[in-house]
Amino acid sequence: MTWVWTNRDLIVGLTAQHLLLALPSIVLSLLLAVPLARLTLRAPAARRLLLGTSSVLYAIPSLALFVVLPGVLGTGILDPLNVLVALTLYAMALMVRTASEAFAAIEPDVLLSATAQGHGRWQRFVAVELPQAGPAILAGLRVVSASTLSLVSVGALIGVQSLGTLFTEGYARGFLLEIAVGIVATVLLAVALDLLILGIGRATMPWAGIVQRAGAVA
Amino acid sequence: MIEFDHVSKHYDDGTLAVDDFSLTVPSHSCTVLLGSSGCGKTTLLRMVNRMVDPTAGRVLIDGEDVASLEPVALRRRIGYVMQHAGLLPHRTIVDNVATVPRLRGRRGPDERRRALELMELVGLPASMARRYPSQLSGGQQQRVGVARALAADPNILLMDEPFGAVDPVVRQELQQELLRIQSELAKTIIFVTHDVDEAVLLGDEVLVLGEGARVEQRGAGADILLEPVNDFVREFVGGTRRRLHVEHRDGVPTVVDAAGAITGRLVEQ
Repeated sequence: MTWVWTNRDLIVGLTAQHLLLALPSIVLSLLLAVPLARLTLRAPAARRLLLGTSSVLYAIPSLALFVVLPGVLGTGILDPLNVLVALTLYAMALMVRTASEAFAAIEPDVLLSATAQGHGRWQRFVAVELPQAGPAILAGLRVVSASTLSLVSVGALIGVQSLGTLFTEGYARGFLLEIAVGIVATVLLAVALDLLILGIGRATMPWAGIVQRAGAVA
Repeated sequence: MIEFDHVSKHYDDGTLAVDDFSLTVPSHSCTVLLGSSGCGKTTLLRMVNRMVDPTAGRVLIDGEDVASLEPVALRRRIGYVMQHAGLLPHRTIVDNVATVPRLRGRRGPDERRRALELMELVGLPASMARRYPSQLSGGQQQRVGVARALAADPNILLMDEPFGAVDPVVRQELQQELLRIQSELAKTIIFVTHDVDEAVLLGDEVLVLGEGARVEQRGAGADILLEPVNDFVREFVGGTRRRLHVEHRDGVPTVVDAAGAITGRLVEQ
């Protein structure tokens, strides 16, 4: 435990770097995936292409992507941007499918009735479709958040600093405590972010629980 | 007043949903379009608020061609009730009722009070204002649907089988409520249904529609029941079920239809 205390600056710093890579990827994936999913919803060919590409993308090993991206992006091999872009792509691959299915699952009657009451396209999207798809998108975001936080660590293998650095260093030095600290810190981060997302969901979508409970009874 | 002036609706796949249909719906009256599913009655209804545009002909509201009106603005001044209420599941009842005022950017204590008044008008207790649609029964949801349609105080109400998905007892309640509301508010209503009894009860005028929204018969509900003009209408309004005679069973005068099924008992008025 003395090791943890004497290295607290290192651990806090790596945690911050971990978050700095994960958070923008998670947020970006949401901001890109939701419009893409919605825009392709009524265009079957485009939707198939989008979902197909996502599946293929997700199948590419992360380490390979980290190594290939500098060539594609023109970035340096140690540039954290590579990791950020790769993480965003993976997160999007998950998010796009979730969002697309969430929009597709909205009751047609609700959409029809919203149109009949005089919602314009944009109003219908903001006031009806987003709130309807919201709970499912939020559930997807929780998966993406957990998976992204764990994927960040792989970047340590190509020298991009994160909590994963504690694994690579601990492994190289045969120092189990350091690896354990890395694992615990990653899990704590994942739980904290999950609770945060859940809290945001509860605050912005108070109806979600009620609708689910009613659905369970019906 | 709503006028359908020789409207037709062709779809690209070749189906002819509506074939040269004309009708004048007088203001403050309830006109029922009665027909089986697929006869084009819903298509006609949706031509009024431009959810469907006719491929030929015009629809006029008070002499104004709806094709010249902006669809979203048009829909906000026409009440629309559909079979499954289509309430917004994520909004409370009072907010659902106030949908159209909200769309017009008006939300405040006045709108809220007006929404509560409308809930009272359709027979919903104010205690339901803060509930969500999933916490209401089907019949209650339909009441909310009617209140929502009335929220912008529209002159016109379009009702697409609004009571088709609730059980018979609740349906009769809702029909009576509609009659009461109509006697107070006197809206111009187009009401679509496949239920003959409902059409006769609610319609100042009833149109029996065949394929492609061809008008098989139009007139007062009683005339359609008693004097069907052709076999199609005769069968549609019930066929053998409407041809009744009295038999004495165990000394009791019993009403029996042409197929021999008992429909009721003859009683002294």
